Amino acid sequence: MTERPLPAITPETRHFWEGARSGELRLQRCAPCRHVYFPPRPFCPQCGSPDVTVFRASGRATLYSYVIHHRPAPGFMPPYSIAVVQLEEGPRMMTNIVDTPQTPEGLQLDMALEVVFERISEDISLPLFRPAGRAA
Amino acid sequence: MKPGSIAIVGAAETTELGVIPHMSQIQLHADCAWNALRDTGLKAADIDGLACAGEMPTNVAHYLGIVPKWVDGTAVGGCSFMLHVRHAAAAISAGLCKTVLITHGESGRSRIGAIPRTIVPASLHGQFEAPYGILGPPTMFTIPVLRYLKTYGNTQEQLAMVAVVQREWAAKNPRAMMRDPITVDDVLNSKMIAYPFRLLMCCLVTDGGGALILTSADRAKDFPQKPVFILGTGESVETPMISQMADFTSSRAFRVAGKQALDSAGIRHADVDHLMIYDAFAHLPLYGLEDLGFVGRGEAAAFIAERNTAPGGKLPLNTNGGGLSYTHTGMYGMFALQETVRQVRGTAAAQVKGVQVAVCHGVGGMFGASGTIVMGDRQP
Repeated sequence: MTERPLPAITPETRHFWEGARSGELRLQRCAPCRHVYFPPRPFCPQCGSPDVTVFRASGRATLYSYVIHHRPAPGFMPPYSIAVVQLEEGPRMMTNIVDTPQTPEGLQLDMALEVVFERISEDISLPLFRPAGRAA
Repeated sequence: MKPGSIAIVGAAETTELGVIPHMSQIQLHADCAWNALRDTGLKAADIDGLACAGEMPTNVAHYLGIVPKWVDGTAVGGCSFMLHVRHAAAAISAGLCKTVLITHGESGRSRIGAIPRTIVPASLHGQFEAPYGILGPPTMFTIPVLRYLKTYGNTQEQLAMVAVVQREWAAKNPRAMMRDPITVDDVLNSKMIAYPFRLLMCCLVTDGGGALILTSADRAKDFPQKPVFILGTGESVETPMISQMADFTSSRAFRVAGKQALDSAGIRHADVDHLMIYDAFAHLPLYGLEDLGFVGRGEAAAFIAERNTAPGGKLPLNTNGGGLSYTHTGMYGMFALQETVRQVRGTAAAQVKGVQVAVCHGVGGMFGASGTIVMGDRQP
């Protein structure tokens, strides 16, 4: 099975991937307007201010929407979920939901989730999400 | 741009449609371009403006032997051609050129001379979406729908009904690839692609193309075909990442483009006799009907199920059969425009009676872009 496509880190996203490698989900917050955003940019997409900081997010999220893909893709065995989660801090991100049956029953919209990192290369650990409150 | 000051005087699709392994992608551009020129009686030397997507304008101009004074290579996905119409109308109005050819050709099925689809690993999409097992539009364009269904209490049966109704239109169209009647059960029992989307909720994958020729309305009477006037236009983009679409129940690009188009045409929804909404997947007509304001939020599925958009309904929608049943090369927007032109001319296979005002709404990328064109059979 071919591996999943690897992200190529850019200067503006390095903090995110360094955080992921150390088990932290990092977001950015605008100092003037307090907007929390993702994906990474060195300025606020809401007000344009370059006065932004990186912070560690809680890793808590809810399931916003998803599909269950039934065809093979590089690095994946079908069926598998491709999901968008709503992070507690506001932004949404794409991910896979793991540690739950890849069925409509196992994937209920608005279910509580928590981040878990899967190391896929020396540089890249991907943030995935699993149902919240389960022992690792 | 004054409503009705620019007209479509030539329109044609490729001679064949569907599976065309004996033509490369650039030749598909040429085939429909020659057909559209024949439709107008013009020669390539008469064209001084060129717009296309998929291929660069450089490639198409060289291949056809055109010397353009104005080019537009806007490529924002399947609605690029709606944007080309808008830009061409503006360019003609501004005096930058007189006669614009817009071409689409795509070997989407046979992939002859097709441009490889690539993901840039350093793009935001490449970093934050591509690693999660996406595999083309069926795994991305589809993601918002479960949120939409839950928000409005709609069902998968209602989603299936979109495909059923469009097949009724396709059955009337000899050029449609899929013409056999289908039921909701057929749709819900077809192969699972990406839950909740089954095969019959997904567009076809075909080869083909289409071309349009635009000029100023005061020259339109010199051409053999009944002119189709551009009454209003709109365009917008939102995001290249489906995960970052602001509202999974509504497209901002749809709302911006649709409102611009209807407002600039000076029309109300009740004036619209015919509607095309780019249907790469069965949920798109739901979003389109709501975001363009033809129905209220959450009302589109019932509106379709109640046969308002079906043959004989009050708002005929996707009358060629759409991307679901007519054809879908990859960038289907050109075919929605072609059907709109045919309906306004009165030459469609499933002709709606007395079409005076028609709205053609396109989507590009995965809800990433949008273009809307209002056409009419007369100048206001």
